[in-house]
Amino acid sequence: MILGIDVGGTHTDAVLLERFKVVRKKKVITDPENLLHSLLEVTEKVLGDISPGNLKRVVLSTTMSTNAIVQGRISPVGMILASGPGLPPSLLRINEHSHIVSGYVNHRGEEVAAIDAGEIAHIVRTLRDEGIDHVGIVGKFSTRDPKIELDIERLVRSRFTHVSLGHQMSGNLNFPRRIATTYLNAAIWETYHTFIRSITQFVAQFDAHIPVYILKADGGTIEIGQSTACPVQTILSGPAASIMGILSLVDCVEDAVALDIGGTTTDIAIFAGGVPLLEPLGITIQGHKTLVRGLRTRSIGIGGDSRVACVNGRLSVGPMREGPAASLGGPCPTPTDAMVVLGLASIGNRERAVRAIEDIASALSRPLEETAHLIMEHASREIITHVRAMIEDINNKPVYTVHELLEGAKIEPKAMYVVGGPSGAMAPRLGELFEVPVHIPGDAEVANAIGAALARTTTELTVLADTEKGRLTIVEEGIQQRVERSFTRDDAVTLCREKLRARVLAMGAWEDDIEIEITEDQSFTMVRNSCIAGRNIRIKGQVKPGLIHGARR
Amino acid sequence: MTAKKKTGLIFFPAFDWAISPTHPEREERLLYTQDQVMEEGLFDFDNVIEFKPGLATIRDIDRVHICVPDAQHVITESHLISAGGAITAADKVLTKEVDNAFALVRPPGHHAMKVVHGARGFCNINIEAIMVEYIRTHFGHKRIAIVDTDCHHGDGTQDIFWHDPDTLYISVHQDGRTLYPGSGFPDEFGGPNAYGYTINIPLPPHTSEEGFLYVLDSLILPILADFKPDLIINSAGQDNHYTDPITNMNFTAQGYATLNDRLAPDIAVLEGGYSIESALPYINVGIILAMAGIDYGNVREPDYDPASIRQSAETTRYIRQLSSEIHDLWKSRDEERAKLIENAGYLRRQRSIYYDTDGINEEQAETIRVCSDCGGVFTIDSKADTGRRIFAVIVPGRSCPKCRTKGEQFFETTESGKYDYVYFQDRDKDIFIRK
Repeated sequence: MILGIDVGGTHTDAVLLERFKVVRKKKVITDPENLLHSLLEVTEKVLGDISPGNLKRVVLSTTMSTNAIVQGRISPVGMILASGPGLPPSLLRINEHSHIVSGYVNHRGEEVAAIDAGEIAHIVRTLRDEGIDHVGIVGKFSTRDPKIELDIERLVRSRFTHVSLGHQMSGNLNFPRRIATTYLNAAIWETYHTFIRSITQFVAQFDAHIPVYILKADGGTIEIGQSTACPVQTILSGPAASIMGILSLVDCVEDAVALDIGGTTTDIAIFAGGVPLLEPLGITIQGHKTLVRGLRTRSIGIGGDSRVACVNGRLSVGPMREGPAASLGGPCPTPTDAMVVLGLASIGNRERAVRAIEDIASALSRPLEETAHLIMEHASREIITHVRAMIEDINNKPVYTVHELLEGAKIEPKAMYVVGGPSGAMAPRLGELFEVPVHIPGDAEVANAIGAALARTTTELTVLADTEKGRLTIVEEGIQQRVERSFTRDDAVTLCREKLRARVLAMGAWEDDIEIEITEDQSFTMVRNSCIAGRNIRIKGQVKPGLIHGARR
Repeated sequence: MTAKKKTGLIFFPAFDWAISPTHPEREERLLYTQDQVMEEGLFDFDNVIEFKPGLATIRDIDRVHICVPDAQHVITESHLISAGGAITAADKVLTKEVDNAFALVRPPGHHAMKVVHGARGFCNINIEAIMVEYIRTHFGHKRIAIVDTDCHHGDGTQDIFWHDPDTLYISVHQDGRTLYPGSGFPDEFGGPNAYGYTINIPLPPHTSEEGFLYVLDSLILPILADFKPDLIINSAGQDNHYTDPITNMNFTAQGYATLNDRLAPDIAVLEGGYSIESALPYINVGIILAMAGIDYGNVREPDYDPASIRQSAETTRYIRQLSSEIHDLWKSRDEERAKLIENAGYLRRQRSIYYDTDGINEEQAETIRVCSDCGGVFTIDSKADTGRRIFAVIVPGRSCPKCRTKGEQFFETTESGKYDYVYFQDRDKDIFIRK
C-alpha cells in the first residue's frame, strides 16, 4: 500500500492506494499553525485499523517550505558572493547581510583571482556580531568549478549552524538565480529541518521501516532524509502535486493541456507527449527567480469566485476575488453565481445568485440567462486565450541551432483535462473553444494526494568535459576529475547515465522507475591558433517527472 | 548612464554551423558568450526580452543583392536565419515593442557587396543592408545611419549604399594598409549622387579606448547630429578588442559598452570578433547592459590592464589630426561634389573584387546617371572567373521619374547576348526580375 498526503492551504487530504487504486480517502482542515498536527490527524483517520506495516511508502506534498517563505518565517542569512566582473554589486545584494568578496572563476572554470582570507574573516566576525547563524556562499560560474565556494566554506563552516553552497543547488548557469536559490535554501533550512525531524520521529513510532518521500517542485519525489540538504527543492510543490494528480487520473500519452480551476485562479499546465513540461530555468517565488527545477504552470486570475463587473458596458471577470460567490453570501457576482442561475451548479442560495447576476444584466441591458451565459463565455474565452499564449510561448522558445530552428518540434495539444470546483460547468465549452476532446477525471478532489503518492523520484545531472584542460566536472555530485584527451561525447553520455542512475537511487528511486533522458547534448571542437585543441562537451540528463512503474493506466 | 530601456535580444549562435571546422566562423564562436550571458542572468531582466529570429526570405535578399546565379545558390539556411534575426530586431523596434534591439547572430555580413558571386570575408549576404531595405519597404522610407565598429572596413555595406544619400555609412576600422580588406580610406567618400554619405575613419594599429571614444565624440556624433537620421544602426563587430587574434587594436569591453551607450543605436547587429573566449563574452555583456540602460561599470576582462594597452601619444596626435580632416571634408561635401561631377551626365567606375573566402575574382564596371533629384539609376556589368558574366540595372529608392524611365529602358534594351543573366532591381516598386 502507498499512503499519499497533501497538506494544502485549506485541506489536508490523504489517500491510501492499493495496486495503484484509491481504497480510502480522508480530508481534514489544515491547521496553518501546526501542519504536523494536520498530518497526524489525517494519517490516523485514513489508516484506521490498517497497520502501518502494510505501507510500502509514504509520500508527502506540503506547503511547509512555501509558507515559510510567503509568511516570512525564515532565518536571516549572511550571503557571501564572489561575483567577479559583470553585473554591478548593487544588483546582486539580495539582503542587508550580503557581502561581495574577491576571488572568482571565469566561464571555463579557471580561477582568475583567489579569495582573500582576511576579508572572509572580517565578514564572519560581522555576521556573528549580527547574530547570523545561516550562511549562503555563491560564486559566479561555481557550477564550472566550485573551488571558490569550497575555499570560502572551509573558512566559515565551523562558525555557523548551516552553510548553503551555490553549486549544490543546481548545475545550471545563472548567477543571480543561484544567489536567490541559495539564499532561500539557507533561509528555510531551520524551519524545514525542524519539520522533517518531527515527521521522522512520527514515522519511527511505527515498527516497520517505511520509506518516506517528499514531493519537489518538479513533480518528483525525494527520500525525506536526503531532502534536508536542499530543502529549497520542495518549494511550490503544491501546483506540482496537482499536475501529477491529473496525470495519475487520466491516460495521457500525447500533448495535452491541464486546467485546475479554483476559486481565485485557474492554473494551466502543459503535457508534451504525456510528460509535464518544466520551467526552462526554474520557478519564481515571492519575486525571487530561482534555479529550482519546477513544473511549468501559468496562473491566471479567473476562478469560480472571481469578481464579475460591468464597466462602461464592458463585462469583466477577475482578476480579483472579493469573497465567496454571492449565492454563499459573498459581496459581488461571480462565475459561480452564473452557473447557479443556469442550473449548472447548485451552490448556496439561488435567489442571491439571481440578484447578483441581475445587477450585471441590467447594466448590460440583457436578459438574466443570456447575461449568465455571457459571463461563462467571457471566462472560458479568457482562459483559452491564456492557454494559447502559453503554448505560443513554449513553441517560440529561442533555439540555438539551425536544425532546431528549422525542424524543432512544436506542442500541439490533442486533449484537455479539467479539474477543480467549476470543472463540470465549464469544461465542455472550454473543449469546444480549444477544439480538442475534454475530460474531467474522477477522484479529482484528492488528485494532489494521489499525484504525490504515485510520483517517481526525479533528478538531473550535468557532465562537463574540457579535454583541452583535461578536466571533467559533475557539479551536482561534487565530482572533479582528470579526463583523457581521447574522451568523447559518447563517453560523456555513458558517464552521465551511470552517475544519474546512482544519484537517483541514492535519492530513493525504485529501480523500475529510472527512465533516463538526455536533455542537452553538445560537443564543440575547440580551436586555438587554427589548431584543434580539444573538445568542450556538455551533457545533461534527467529522470523526467512521471508516475512510478505500473501506475500509468 | 542613460535611463532604463526595453531591449530586444535576438540571440542565435548557430551551434551547428561553420564555414569549416577550424575556421574562425565556426560552431564554437558564441559558445562562451552564451555562457557569460546566461550566467549573468541577462534574460531575467524585465527590460531585456529574448526573441527567436525569423527567417529572411529570398525576396528580402533580392531587394538588396544581385546574387549570381540567384540567391538560393549563394546562401545556406543559416544566412536566412542571421538576416532574419536582424529583420526581427528591426521589426521589434519599428513596431515599438522594444526601445532598441541587438541581433547577436552569425554568420556576419558586412563584406558582402551588392553583386554576390560567392563569400567574401566570411560573408555571403549583407544582413544589415537586407534589414535596412526591409525597414524601408515595410515601414516607409527612412534616413538611416549605419555606424560600423568592426575592425575590418565594411566594404560590402559601403558598396551597397555607395549611391544612397539617405543612408549614411560610417566605418571606424583598423587602417587598410595593415588589415583586410585593404580599403576604407577617407577619400572613399560616396558616389557622385551621395558624396559625403560614406565616411571612412581608418585608425592606426594599437588604438585604444581613448582613440575610439575621441573619434566617437568629436567626429561621429557631430556628423550624426548634422545628418539627423531616423534610425541609427550599429554594425557591432567586436574585433577591435586587444585580444583579437586576427587584428591589432587595443579596444576593450568597457570601451565597447561606453561607445554603445553614447552612440545609443536603435539596432545593433553583431559582425566579426574572433577572440571568442577572452573578449566576446565580456563585450557582449557590456553592450547588452549598455543598450538596456543597466550599469555596465563592473564589466571588464579578467586580464584587463589599461596601462598595458594604452595608445601612444603619437597615435593620439594622429587620430586628432585625422578626425579634424574628415570633419572638414564632411562640412565641405556639397562643394566637393560639385567639383567632382562638373557637367557629367554619367560617371563610371571600374573595379576588381576578390572573394577571399571562396577564391573568386570579379571585374566590375558600374555606370551611374548623375542626378540631383535622387540616388540615381545605375548599371553593373560584372564578370567573374567562375565564367559568369551578368548585367544589372538598379533603380534606387525614392527615384526621380527620369532615372526610373532610364532604368526601365536600360533593362528592356539590354540583350542577354554576352551575359548569362540580366537583372532588374527596382526598390520603389519592390520588383526584382532576372532574364
